[in-house]
Amino acid sequence: MERRTLFQGWKLPVALVLPQLLLTFVFFLWPAGQAVWYSMTQQDPFGLGSVFVGLSNFRELFADPLYVHTILRTLVFCFAVSALAMTVALALALVANRELRGRAIYRTLLIWPYAVAPAMAAILWLFMLDPEIGLLGHPLVKAGLPWDYHVSGLDAQFLVVLASSWKQISYNFIFFLAGLQSIPQSVIEAARMDGARGWRRLRTIILPLLSPTMFFLLVVNLVYAAFDTFGTIWALTEGGPGKATETLVIKVYRDGMINQDIGGSSAQSVVLMLGVIAITAVQFRFMGRRTKT
Amino acid sequence: MATLELQGLAKSFDKTAVLHRIDVSLQDGEMLAIVGASGCGKSTLLRLVAGLEQPSAGRILLAGRDIIRLDPAARDIAMVFQNYALYPHMSVFDNMAYGLRIRGLSKAEIGRRVQVAADMLGLDALLARKPRQLSGGQRQRVAMGRAIVREPQLFLFDEPLSNLDAKLRVQMRAEIRRIQRNLGVTSLYVTHDQTEAMTLGDKLLVLNEGRPAQFAAPMEVFARPADTYVAAFIGAPAMNFLPATMGEGGVVATLADGARLVLTDGARPGLAGRKATIGIRPEHLVLAGKGGGDAGGFATTLDLAVELIEPLGSETLVHGMLMLDGTSLTLVARLPGGPPSLTDGRLRLGVPAAELHVFDGETGKRVEVG
Repeated sequence: MERRTLFQGWKLPVALVLPQLLLTFVFFLWPAGQAVWYSMTQQDPFGLGSVFVGLSNFRELFADPLYVHTILRTLVFCFAVSALAMTVALALALVANRELRGRAIYRTLLIWPYAVAPAMAAILWLFMLDPEIGLLGHPLVKAGLPWDYHVSGLDAQFLVVLASSWKQISYNFIFFLAGLQSIPQSVIEAARMDGARGWRRLRTIILPLLSPTMFFLLVVNLVYAAFDTFGTIWALTEGGPGKATETLVIKVYRDGMINQDIGGSSAQSVVLMLGVIAITAVQFRFMGRRTKT
Repeated sequence: MATLELQGLAKSFDKTAVLHRIDVSLQDGEMLAIVGASGCGKSTLLRLVAGLEQPSAGRILLAGRDIIRLDPAARDIAMVFQNYALYPHMSVFDNMAYGLRIRGLSKAEIGRRVQVAADMLGLDALLARKPRQLSGGQRQRVAMGRAIVREPQLFLFDEPLSNLDAKLRVQMRAEIRRIQRNLGVTSLYVTHDQTEAMTLGDKLLVLNEGRPAQFAAPMEVFARPADTYVAAFIGAPAMNFLPATMGEGGVVATLADGARLVLTDGARPGLAGRKATIGIRPEHLVLAGKGGGDAGGFATTLDLAVELIEPLGSETLVHGMLMLDGTSLTLVARLPGGPPSLTDGRLRLGVPAAELHVFDGETGKRVEVG
């Protein structure tokens, strides 16, 4: 069904759209344009001037094995966070979708972590898992478990994945719950009468019907893990030990803000931007096709 | 070969009782139509038998075996849902095969059963399609097919035709009956449509607010409705009711305007001196001569102020008002042929004594002769 309002003249529609366009321009297009420009320049060490260097920043970037490593590390990190956050959220949503006593309370509580600021979330996890003072970490170390994320890269990676996933579980939970509730009850009942139960019902009926939700969440989670985890990771490990938990955004920040390599850092931003555009384009095409049928 | 017996089946949600002591007994291959207004508990009854809800009391015996403790899948029952409940992501073939695969049937056997059902329902060319590519009638057939391939002991139909247009509904109604007869599977069929109930059921169970109002063969229910609820529900247009007072001996009923109806089929001594409700079906009212009086074997004649005439071609519905001692009653008559000619907007209708139904004026229960 097509619903259109027809305006006479062009002034009112332009006036109505202008605030949004301005916001988009000031906060998105302009900075993005600047990043693209900086990525093709080289600053002098004192920040007093810059020269146009074309694509040499990018060439340098991809010639650097450390950068390629960071890309791979980020990919692993993103998929680990997405997998963990989605699996746990789905499990919780499946439980919350049942007839439960106190269901409303349970659902509300599960949404809370979403409201916790990234740095706060990091501190909460530090208090729990720090090997010296952590409520859980200290007893574990005393019990002889070799656990120290200050030293072990693997431990640190485990920690940032855990903390980052925890932040995202609430978001996924809401979408999974909504997705589950949009599955007609009678379809589930038909499956019950056909004899499908437990794991089989989940695999052959529920998951296929949830697949649009899952795909959407996968994209959102990947983007979240790639960008929004900066605060959590920085507060937990600052990308260390060594470069064990350095993702692309951490590297952008370190190279640009700390090491003052504006050109190189901007080039990394542009690469990230292209990545997001690619993911979003894939999602739009896929979702668009689904809604048409 | 399966008989079905419901013994004292009851269901309450929290403290609200939605079904009270349902007793039903069905022979092998019989179809029971469960009918009632919406909210009367008929779908709940079906869900109890399916195992989707647990009853608060009572037993369900299928082929002599109490199935109440069994999981829905273990009951050997197949159900056709009102909205069909097809698996949207599966082809027509997979929709039908799903339950069979879970039961571990061989590929060949699954293929054979689906093929037989598809042939029976004319779904042969559609087996590869997804539900969203099917019309409403086709989806309905797939839902039927999914039940048929299971070869269950009992079919449950939950208003399966209510989402179809009128023409398709009549066609599928006949088809469901034909298939059910051919397969000889005992069935429960829930509907709010009294025509479906009358034509499909070997037996009819009329539910009124969770209570069984009547359980009998359809024509028996039509001819001898157990109370005014059943009488009003079965038959279209609904039966007319006239409030009356029973005379001494229970032979003569007096209407509020003083008209006397003599019950020629016999006395109802139990009602003597009490209030009664006299029922007469619209199609049993006949045109009376202009002369009036109680000529021609009528129990009485009624003077109807006509409000609306609906010519249906082969017959005509006449809606009108009847003034009885200050209170007005609406009345419907179904007369053969075209519209009758009126005198001053009025029509005299004869009430044949043989066609009267007598109900207790307080309880609404049918009162028989004797």
